[in-house]
Amino acid sequence: MAFQDTVRDSYKRELDEIRAGGIFKEERIICAPQSSEIDVEFPIGSERKRVINMCANNYLGLSSHPEVIAAARAGLDHRGYGMSSVRFICGTQDIHKELEQKLTKFLGTEDTILFPSCMDANAGVFEAILGEQDVMIADRLVHASIVDGMRLCKAQQDTFKHANMEHLEEKLQLHQKARFRIIITDGAFSMDGDLAPLDKIVALAEKYNSMVFLDDSHASGFIGKTGRGTHEHFGVVGKIDVITTTLGKALGGASGGCVSGRRELVEMCRQRARPYLFSNTIPPVVAAGANRVIDLISQSTERRDKLERNAAFWRKGLTEAGFVIKPGETPIVPVMLFNAKLSQDFARELYQEGIYAVGFFFPVVPKGQARIRTQLSAAHEQHHLEKALAAFTKVGKKFGILHLTKEQIIEKYGM
Amino acid sequence: MSNIKDVILDYVKREYLEDEDQVINYDTPLISGGIVDSFSMVSLKLFLEHKYNIQIPDAKATPKAFDSVNNIIALLKEFNVQ
Repeated sequence: MAFQDTVRDSYKRELDEIRAGGIFKEERIICAPQSSEIDVEFPIGSERKRVINMCANNYLGLSSHPEVIAAARAGLDHRGYGMSSVRFICGTQDIHKELEQKLTKFLGTEDTILFPSCMDANAGVFEAILGEQDVMIADRLVHASIVDGMRLCKAQQDTFKHANMEHLEEKLQLHQKARFRIIITDGAFSMDGDLAPLDKIVALAEKYNSMVFLDDSHASGFIGKTGRGTHEHFGVVGKIDVITTTLGKALGGASGGCVSGRRELVEMCRQRARPYLFSNTIPPVVAAGANRVIDLISQSTERRDKLERNAAFWRKGLTEAGFVIKPGETPIVPVMLFNAKLSQDFARELYQEGIYAVGFFFPVVPKGQARIRTQLSAAHEQHHLEKALAAFTKVGKKFGILHLTKEQIIEKYGM
Repeated sequence: MSNIKDVILDYVKREYLEDEDQVINYDTPLISGGIVDSFSMVSLKLFLEHKYNIQIPDAKATPKAFDSVNNIIALLKEFNVQ
């Protein structure tokens, strides 16, 4: 069927419905390198504005680090621009193997395989290692890419209440007849900023003879004493069977992901994972930059320590100002507003005050859980955080929500 | 039939409600009401299959078919579960 007027009209109607529902995604054009301060054109066509970025995944501030850029440039010079093939044909370079070895050492695993993104890693891993006789038991708040990966796999699926170990144990008991069981969780949950209780999950996995899968995308590089991730934080390094993570957040922010873990599981991905078999891996420039990132964060914890201090300051400041925030210890700090429209209006006012932060609402978060998700970075200096806090407080006063409880905010604005 | 209804309602309460005081009934919208999302729905399908020894094809396990206890009862009738 050609793209006739009737087809076009159908899509237009659908897009209009999305707009009318208030959930149309508008891109903000960033006209600067990713950093704590960025020049933004929003809405498109309007004058550029210098704002403080409070919602990037640039946790360690390495997206535009001079040494990372220099390494990437050298990678471009010495290994070229593109791979021009999938890996097992002619698309693996020495710098890709070097990066896999560095990631293995950094994460404390047995082996690692790169993917074009962590979304691809999550899409490919389950089908590669599990069959119909097996069962996947996932925390209900795992990332959407894990849900997609599970749906592509023929193994049985089940879920447990978020971070609820009693419920997980019930599910493990229920599935004792399966050939393999694998518990699936994020390390740091991207919407709430809380950590999975990995020590308890590992204990249950040992009790019920189950494997553990961990997506540590929002933790690799900065959670744990030396930034190895959630498994380091909970003292279970070496006990996680599969870790997926991204190079697109703290680890340089460009792109790419990996599956890291038990040697045989990684090898199964090399043999069977479709995004590995049918897609080019990360370009040389990214591999070279990421190699330098791993060097930098292996040499010093200075950045993750600063990030920890920034997050603690921000959480304390918001709490004292009278906001309702999700408790936790990560640099993901959700400011709870509960009402979807309020979250959008609040974000717009913040932008006018020079702060870039985005409202999240259903279906990205459950109904009645709308929020502004703020994220800290080691690139933030004290003056950035003080200015952002002043802006949040000013806008909070304007909407009359400071020092109100959840129930009082809902009473005022509805859910 | 009321017995099956209560079995399913009880399962939904135990499996999905975080707030024990939340009141739901046979017609409460589960999917469109935000109590059960499409991912979590897999445990409901699994429960029904184990409990009543049936296989529900994915094409039949739609959000609409699982949107309330009464809808689920209607679906189960197709598999002669009454």
